[in-house]
Amino acid sequence: MLAEVKADRIRTSEDLEEVRAKIIKGRSSKIPCIVIPSGTCCQARGSSEVVEAFQQEIEKHSLQDNIALRITGCGGFCQSEPNLIIYPEEVYYQKVSPDDAEEVISETVLRGRVIDRLLYADPNTGERFAHLSEIPFFKKQKRLLLANNLQVNPTSINDYLAAKGYSALSKVLQEKTPDEVINEIKESGLRGRGGAGFPTGRKWELCRKARGDVKYVICNADEGDPGAYMDRSLLEGNPHSVIEGMIIGAYAIGASEGFIYVRNEYPLAVRHCRLAVQKAREYGFLGNDILGSGFSFDIKISMGAGAFVCGEETALIASIQGGRGIPRQRPPFPAERGLWDRPTNINNVETWANVPLIMTKGASWYSKIGTEGSKGTKIFSLVGKINNTGLVEVPLGIILREIVYDIGGGIPRGKRFKAVQTGGPSGGCIPSSLLDLPIDYESLKEAGSIMGSGGMIVMDEDTCMVDIARYYTSFLNDESCGKCLPCRKGTQRMLEILTDISEGKGEEGDIGLLEELALVTKDTSLCGLGQTAPNPVLSTIRYFQDEYEAHIKEKRCPAGVCKELISYYIEPDKCQACLICLRNCPVEAITGGKGLVHIIDQEKCIKCGTCLDVCPPRFGAVTRLSGEKVPEPALQGTEVIRKRSGETDVNT
Amino acid sequence: MLTLRINGLDVQAEEWWSILETARFYGIEIPTFCYRDGLSAWGGCRLCIVEIGEGKNTKLVSSCTYPVTDGLVVRTHSKRVIAARKLLVELLLSSCPSSKTIQDLAAKLGVQKVRFKVEHEDCVYCGLCVRICAEQMGAKAIGFVNRGGKIKITTPFDRKSEVCRHCGACMYVCPACQLRCQGTEPPQVVCGSCLRLEPTCTEFYPDLMCYMGAEGNCGTCVREEPKKKG
Repeated sequence: MLAEVKADRIRTSEDLEEVRAKIIKGRSSKIPCIVIPSGTCCQARGSSEVVEAFQQEIEKHSLQDNIALRITGCGGFCQSEPNLIIYPEEVYYQKVSPDDAEEVISETVLRGRVIDRLLYADPNTGERFAHLSEIPFFKKQKRLLLANNLQVNPTSINDYLAAKGYSALSKVLQEKTPDEVINEIKESGLRGRGGAGFPTGRKWELCRKARGDVKYVICNADEGDPGAYMDRSLLEGNPHSVIEGMIIGAYAIGASEGFIYVRNEYPLAVRHCRLAVQKAREYGFLGNDILGSGFSFDIKISMGAGAFVCGEETALIASIQGGRGIPRQRPPFPAERGLWDRPTNINNVETWANVPLIMTKGASWYSKIGTEGSKGTKIFSLVGKINNTGLVEVPLGIILREIVYDIGGGIPRGKRFKAVQTGGPSGGCIPSSLLDLPIDYESLKEAGSIMGSGGMIVMDEDTCMVDIARYYTSFLNDESCGKCLPCRKGTQRMLEILTDISEGKGEEGDIGLLEELALVTKDTSLCGLGQTAPNPVLSTIRYFQDEYEAHIKEKRCPAGVCKELISYYIEPDKCQACLICLRNCPVEAITGGKGLVHIIDQEKCIKCGTCLDVCPPRFGAVTRLSGEKVPEPALQGTEVIRKRSGETDVNT
Repeated sequence: MLTLRINGLDVQAEEWWSILETARFYGIEIPTFCYRDGLSAWGGCRLCIVEIGEGKNTKLVSSCTYPVTDGLVVRTHSKRVIAARKLLVELLLSSCPSSKTIQDLAAKLGVQKVRFKVEHEDCVYCGLCVRICAEQMGAKAIGFVNRGGKIKITTPFDRKSEVCRHCGACMYVCPACQLRCQGTEPPQVVCGSCLRLEPTCTEFYPDLMCYMGAEGNCGTCVREEPKKKG
């Protein structure tokens, strides 16, 4: 392990540089360093065991002084976890098991030989890449925030200091007035990363100008979208960057206290945040008279119980105050009357993490990245039917196709791309015809979706859009706080209609009613949750109306997903009576026997699709039908037509 | 005093007024459901929505909670507002058709049909009972529990409340659990716009104004003449 340099409370900027120099000096940059990302996602895939194996291996050979081991937050490439990177060469190994520890250390670290089998191979071309920077997934990204996740151990403030941490804060406190900070953020064009995309500089200015002697800043880490985890990853991997951003923001606004509102379901993020706040306090970045500037600020951690609606700022404030997490009317905006009726500024984790970056590198540098209206980079969590699952950080304005195909590596098993769902449950689905859409706040809104916090769920041809709309509407119906009628009842009614459609009980006029209901819910709901809740319904109707019509008119599910509209059938002339489907059927709905054609009892069948999955491809006897009548089954006891050996198909 | 424009009329309002209060002051009627004088504005039923702003950037806000600002342009009965209100009443009606308050609202706004599955819920979660208990009775005996479809109003942990004084204020304000109207044609849910009907129960109860128009069929009163005591 790297030697830790202890520091007392740092009182001035000069002190800070001295401590930083001492930390860097105490670390030898010559010895190789093994970085093992171990965020929540990595741990779920077994990174903790890998870390343990490497620690034991290093101890066993007494290599503590020759090899550095750094355990960091998630590096972003979740598909390849547990993975590790060996610096300085940046050798990247994927899907490492604890058994590989010995070989990796003896071969790669000590002898410099690359182990082929642990390298990442492109799923489409099979090409292997040895170094992190060569892998297409990383190559096309612009990792301004995420790259630091691999540089620092989140539990070590010294790592953060060694990576030039808190230098932005020291620069701001020394050189800039609060108004200059706000102007810099305004010029940078940074917009809120939580969803709505409100310009951060203007938000800060409103709060600064608001009357009140006590002001607050809040970090919104109540990330609740299914399939999105960029905020968790940032908080877990680099909590100090968020804290530094908050201190700078508090200085600009004139706030004396800050809160990090993080959900209790993120135990690692909570732990790392707690530790980071405590360390920052010990070192003097929080507390009274920060770095001798006379500015005082402290941060408390507030845990949420995991209600999706608490990501809405007024509900979040209510929750911190100990009340029920329900939104209220804006205006008055939190900038005027927020936490305990005092001016409050709320920003998302990623927004705060961007602040030190802008302060260090300057607004003009930052504003060169991105498009006219959307500046900087944005982290998306790319999940679903995609080859390279993980967190991708890209400059705004990037074309959707580049994310899906160049970074994401396309759709697995050669399936066809159908749509991508952006912005979490209250976002919309973007169809394949819009693959060349630039990803920024405006164009996403125009396409009927939202940026949201950055979830990106890729769907292939096997996804039923009615089913997707139903899933999201059901999520939102559960997560609606229940305060206002259109959100509570509107989502419930939409869900009922969608369920009917997916069960084949849809009627003519249902689409019109859905649309009417969706528009009213959007128009009249109290908060952002209700106002965006109809987006999944509206966007799927807009782009996939034919699927809705197939469900309603033909009682057919084109993707073969909706259970009530599909049935499985064994073609008698193809069945070879191999008994595989019969044995695997969980409800014993298949009858037949040795030499007898198998028959599915449609009454008993629960449409799990197991028979289709297990039927050997060379027979291909099981078919999935939708929208057509199941043919009469063969008579019980019909003997099979045997394929002669060498024959590939009974029909030829 | 602030000056704003409601339905093309320049009106003046005190700084602390809501749009609803201003409109009422000038005699403009906006339908409400979860709003009640003497209780804080909740903004849950959204029936009091009005359209604010001009040109393309108009939006709907609940007038009971929206504070007035100088130069605000408000339309209380625009096409968009009326269409939305009708659907909201339809949603209310479909979940609690037995409430007379809701039936009256439906009749007033001309809601003639319900296109959703009819439920007979006991509560429409307007929160009036919670507010009257806390704000007027000072008891805070009941509150909202859960969220989404599982929401309910109850005492903490569903236990017998020690602070409840059984004053009945919650029942008094409730628009749903008051005298139940079963409707003349239950399958249609809309009870037949009671407001237009002659009270007919009067032959049994001459002192009672019955709006049901159901000749004693509505389920709340009986056909037989009440027996005389003793």
